[in-house]
Amino acid sequence: MEHITKRFPGVLASDDISISVGEGEVLALVGENGAGKTTLMNILMGLYQSDEGRILINDREVHFRGPEDAFRAGLGMVHQTYMLVHNMTVLENVALGYKNAWKHVRVDLDAVRTRIEEISTRYGLSVNPDAYVWQLSVGEQQRVELVKTLCLGARFLILDEPTSALTPQETDELIALLKNMTKELSIIFISHKLQEVKALSSKVTILRHGKVVFSGNTDDYSSQEIAAKMTGHEIVLPKNRASMPDGEEALGIDGITVMSDMGTKALDNFSLSVRSGEIVGLAGVSGNGQRELAEAINGLRPVESGRIVLLGKEIQNRSAHDVIQAGMGYIPEERNTEGIVPSFSIMENLALKDITTEKFSSHGIVKKDEEEKNAIRLVEGFDIRCPGIATAAGTLSGGNIQKVILAREIDRKPEFLVAVYPTRGLDMGAVEFIHQRLLAIRESGIGILLISEELDEIMNLSDRIAVIYKGSVQKILNRDEATKERLGILMAGVKEE
Amino acid sequence: MVDIVVNMLSMCIPFSVALLLASIGEMFNQRAGVFNLGCEGVMAMGAFIGMLIPFAAGGGGPVSQWYNFLGFAAAAAVGALLGLIFGVITVTFRAPQGIAGIGLQMFGVGAAGTLFRHFVGGTQSIPGIPDIDIPLLSKIPLIGDIFFSHNVMAYLAYLFIPVAMYILFKTPWGLRVRAAGTNPRAADSMGINVNRTRYEALMLGSALAGLAGAYLSIAQAKLFSDSLISGRGFIAVALVYFGHWHPLKVMGGALLFTFAQTFQTVVQSMGISFPYELAVMLPYVLVIVVLSFTSKDQRMAPTALGQPFNREIRT
Repeated sequence: MEHITKRFPGVLASDDISISVGEGEVLALVGENGAGKTTLMNILMGLYQSDEGRILINDREVHFRGPEDAFRAGLGMVHQTYMLVHNMTVLENVALGYKNAWKHVRVDLDAVRTRIEEISTRYGLSVNPDAYVWQLSVGEQQRVELVKTLCLGARFLILDEPTSALTPQETDELIALLKNMTKELSIIFISHKLQEVKALSSKVTILRHGKVVFSGNTDDYSSQEIAAKMTGHEIVLPKNRASMPDGEEALGIDGITVMSDMGTKALDNFSLSVRSGEIVGLAGVSGNGQRELAEAINGLRPVESGRIVLLGKEIQNRSAHDVIQAGMGYIPEERNTEGIVPSFSIMENLALKDITTEKFSSHGIVKKDEEEKNAIRLVEGFDIRCPGIATAAGTLSGGNIQKVILAREIDRKPEFLVAVYPTRGLDMGAVEFIHQRLLAIRESGIGILLISEELDEIMNLSDRIAVIYKGSVQKILNRDEATKERLGILMAGVKEE
Repeated sequence: MVDIVVNMLSMCIPFSVALLLASIGEMFNQRAGVFNLGCEGVMAMGAFIGMLIPFAAGGGGPVSQWYNFLGFAAAAAVGALLGLIFGVITVTFRAPQGIAGIGLQMFGVGAAGTLFRHFVGGTQSIPGIPDIDIPLLSKIPLIGDIFFSHNVMAYLAYLFIPVAMYILFKTPWGLRVRAAGTNPRAADSMGINVNRTRYEALMLGSALAGLAGAYLSIAQAKLFSDSLISGRGFIAVALVYFGHWHPLKVMGGALLFTFAQTFQTVVQSMGISFPYELAVMLPYVLVIVVLSFTSKDQRMAPTALGQPFNREIRT
């Protein structure tokens, strides 16, 4: 790609960018959220048309009018926001792009099934072809995305943060797999995770604000050097080094059973206790009941049996409103659909949970100036980068949306916080910020249930670590007992003696 | 008593056909992500064109059956044309679908009425199409009257239900339609032309609405009048929600509504002293009540319904 420039209304998303990838090469495209990496790849796939510049494949200039043309040229992309149709099965989603199976009046689903099985066994990516996408967790959906792209026969693979939803083991496996695939494939790999960049890529290109700020061979630079070039400053992730808290029990979960969407038991006699001022990390491969747990705690999913006690009050099967009133803060997994109302402004989203209280309204009329003051204060305090507080929240980058949610949840001074994958898909700078904040609220004596797949995150922040497997707690470890290997084995379902 | 019930049930199938065709058509529109409130207008145009052809050929007297079927074909063609125009407005120019739909409804009903007065004049009846007794089956007591002695279009309409299911769930086109209506961005990333798919669905859906109108004028009422459609187009839209975008459930809704309607006419004709205004309301009240109590499960719903697709708008 040479001299690619793309303007969106009010934004210069790509500014004279040139990159090149050789056969069998892996290029890591690194940069903070909103640096323009995804836009660039969408241009390559023909989803966007660039305003200037050209694309060459094997020295021949190509014009992709749409992804169809890009597929034909052997390009395939795994998007960061999953390109799956939720009310269709996995099989049908793959069939959507697998035109070999399109007979005149029939989709040959058996051929698609065979193809999926072939790809799954070859790459060790297991998927259930008959599951509906809405039934799958984010991690499972990501696997479907990978399988889908591979099924379409891509020879040049673009991966937009492919590992953000995978467990460390899966990530390692994927990286080994991708490495193996470079024998036949060229790959562009978008990531924030520098150990992955180091492990996988041969070349690295760093984007900042739509511009290439650095290009070089990966092996010539250390992770720290790359991180510094990416953010413009050194990154040190904070660690929880405080001693064990001895506060009262803040959240007690006592033998709850919760059903999944598929009607199976997502949580089976699940028990866990979190003290005030304690961070308990819940580690596990996604799809083992984490989503159902977070929803059950927050009044979004019925509890079949058992009790959930928040500061002495039973909150199982209460409405979300009651749970919020009881002092619960919630950073949900799906930040775009559950965390914010994307079409509402940042200002409105920041006031959303307390809009009916005295603080933001009187006699049913919203106090506009209070709302504004609140928004200005939080945008500053949480370093939310946005064109203005009236901007629709949905147009922000993932990291900034997460800051909006965090600002709202922390600022309303909850007595407990459930944080689900709080840093998924965020760049190092944003991760650093969010970790600092979580530790700060822990210091103020608030209990946190941190649900995450990132072992580094869990081990850096937690006082105690619980491992969830198939809806039950596998084991609870103190911070100093936990190692990556031990957690990984527990997460895979192996019982310790 | 048995006679009355059989009579009521045997009216159910032929009277439900117009609703059935229109709502299955609307289902295709909505599955592709466009909802067409103009269904009523398309039906009116279909009813007028469908009636005009056999009327012009026979002057109101007997005509060859071929003219009736030419009428159906012309109604479907006019429907498809209106669907195409609706596509230009809502898909290409991304006009708000609700408003555009109301516009189409007013245009269709108005134009049909005006053209009718110009070309036909006053109320004129046509011979219509005859009922066909299916050999043997129609001789079965009770069942024969209820299911096997209707006009050919009624049979075809019900045979179309499994065909519609096949189209929607088994063909590449159905796959495209469902993807375009649920996650157009994903469909686009898979190389599917979302706008073209929506055009195609609109044309098929509106052709079915045109047919539905022609069924009313050729097979059911055997005449055209301004009030022939009388809200059936809107009921068809409601039935799609009622049936959760699934052909079988939509069919169930069409039958239930028609049953309620025949029930109230029969009750009236039996001379039971019951205010007829209330009886007439019954089917509509029923639809509202059932709609409020049906599952709100949106998991299978086309979630992009009503949203124009624009690849370069970031959401």
